[in-house]
Amino acid sequence: MVINTEGLTFTFGAQKVVKSLSLQVPEGSIYGFLGPNGAGKTTTIKLLLNLLKTQEGSIHIFGQELQSNRINILSQIGSLIEQPAIYLHLSGKENLLNRALLLQIPAKRVDEMLHLVHLTDAADKKAGQYSLGMKQRLGIALALLSDPKLLILDEPTNGLDPNGIIEVRELLVRLVNQHQKTVFISSHLLAEVERMATHVGIINHGELLFQGSIKDLEAMSQPLVQVETENTVDAANFLTRNNFTVADVNDHQLFVPYINKQQMGEINALLNKNGHTVFSINKQQKDLEKLFLAITQNA
Amino acid sequence: MKGFILSFRSEFYKTRKTMGFWSAVLLPLLLCLLLFFGFFNKSDQLLTLPGFMLWLRFAGAILGVMGSLLLPMLIVFIGYSVNSIEHKADTWKTLFSLPISKLSVYSAKYFYAFFLVLLCLVLFVLFTLGLGNLLHVLKPGLKFNEYSIANTLIQLYTKLFLSSLGILSIQFLLSLLFRDFLKPMGIGFICTITGVILATTGWQYAYLFPYSHPMLAMHALQQGRGTPGPGAMPQITVDMFTKDTWVSLVVAAVVFMLGYFIVLKKSVK
Repeated sequence: MVINTEGLTFTFGAQKVVKSLSLQVPEGSIYGFLGPNGAGKTTTIKLLLNLLKTQEGSIHIFGQELQSNRINILSQIGSLIEQPAIYLHLSGKENLLNRALLLQIPAKRVDEMLHLVHLTDAADKKAGQYSLGMKQRLGIALALLSDPKLLILDEPTNGLDPNGIIEVRELLVRLVNQHQKTVFISSHLLAEVERMATHVGIINHGELLFQGSIKDLEAMSQPLVQVETENTVDAANFLTRNNFTVADVNDHQLFVPYINKQQMGEINALLNKNGHTVFSINKQQKDLEKLFLAITQNA
Repeated sequence: MKGFILSFRSEFYKTRKTMGFWSAVLLPLLLCLLLFFGFFNKSDQLLTLPGFMLWLRFAGAILGVMGSLLLPMLIVFIGYSVNSIEHKADTWKTLFSLPISKLSVYSAKYFYAFFLVLLCLVLFVLFTLGLGNLLHVLKPGLKFNEYSIANTLIQLYTKLFLSSLGILSIQFLLSLLFRDFLKPMGIGFICTITGVILATTGWQYAYLFPYSHPMLAMHALQQGRGTPGPGAMPQITVDMFTKDTWVSLVVAAVVFMLGYFIVLKKSVK
């Protein structure tokens, strides 16, 4: 495990922001750390970077205890927390050069990073004049500068346009596949990480509600029978009277938890026989977004 | 130690294009130039003065302004600017997640602020001496060559530097804690005025109040104001370590440790 926390708890004043968190991030994974805004994601990340002092529980990174191996561990982590921290009066390149100076990295690497995040042309422009997306990319370049083994990124695609999001996603996948990095990435949008994440942790109100591989998450999602009829509300009421559970209903479709093919046939026949014309009926995998909402809202 | 040096160099790299850095260079340059032109224009009236008095007027005018108001205000500004650069860019979190010890990051910033004040005062000495001698070259009637003030000047500015460390450390800590300019600025301004009043009224415990120290340090200069007896070599004796200087050093050391303790405990936003 690259990151391993046990019983991690953090309290701001009287408010418990992180509750007994046990994260397990395997090596070589892209770990999507998901939760709505205010769920405790940033606090957790600050704990992982020792910006906040661990109050209860333990944090091990690369198998070492964080507090007592702080510098050694931090030297192998690249991070981006919330808005990228950039000196606006310096150019993009100067921002990178300053970090390179602090980390004793050859200046050549700065140009590589600028190229990697497509900022070569804007290298000498003041960072204050950068667009939000450019700042975010510069932030990612800063995080990658030291060629760290572990990348911790807090909402790295905030403010990026769709192209930018795809670029970041491809970059991260490449880093993990070709350079054996581990990426810990937080987001409040499942859609953003589901295409690249290998593992997922879902947090809400400071509690870890789900943790596992993306396949485990998919397995949890229960398939539904999607029925399209003329008057979905009437049809739904009718099905309920006939002992079917209706999971959801909207203007165009109604949804019943899928059991087997026979059940689908029964629904079809029952509706058609009783004057509810079925336009279409099919089996549908519940999408992860809904699952994510279900998990975070039930808590 | 390596972390400290790297952080210190980075401080310079970051600030080299900001007013925080340039104020330490421009203030002595402009002030000395202003005086230079004043002396240059009024050189006729100064021809009768002996070298010692000439230097005393030239350097004393600068020292007087510096000691009372300008130096404390410059310190307020430097303390603010080295910290605000991180507040503004929201970079405290990156600074403290670098693989560099918190002590190195913090102390590099602290000593960089010291360095800026030192730089400013060193430039004052150099510009004062340089422009004084230039005046003699341009207007040979001015007897700047009659007396060498270099040693006295270095001692005076050294004392001024030591006297300013107490204020600097307090202002540094205030600017580290408060994001906005007004709090450290307001506190610094009020304390400076109070300090000047305490020092000029000669309150016996003024030496305990850091903001009075630059003014008290300037008392050394006033010893030289009396006309020297006939035949006696005019002299300014600088008593380097007076009570107030010690207080300044102790305050600086205590506030440094206090600040580090706060940095360790404080959660980084």
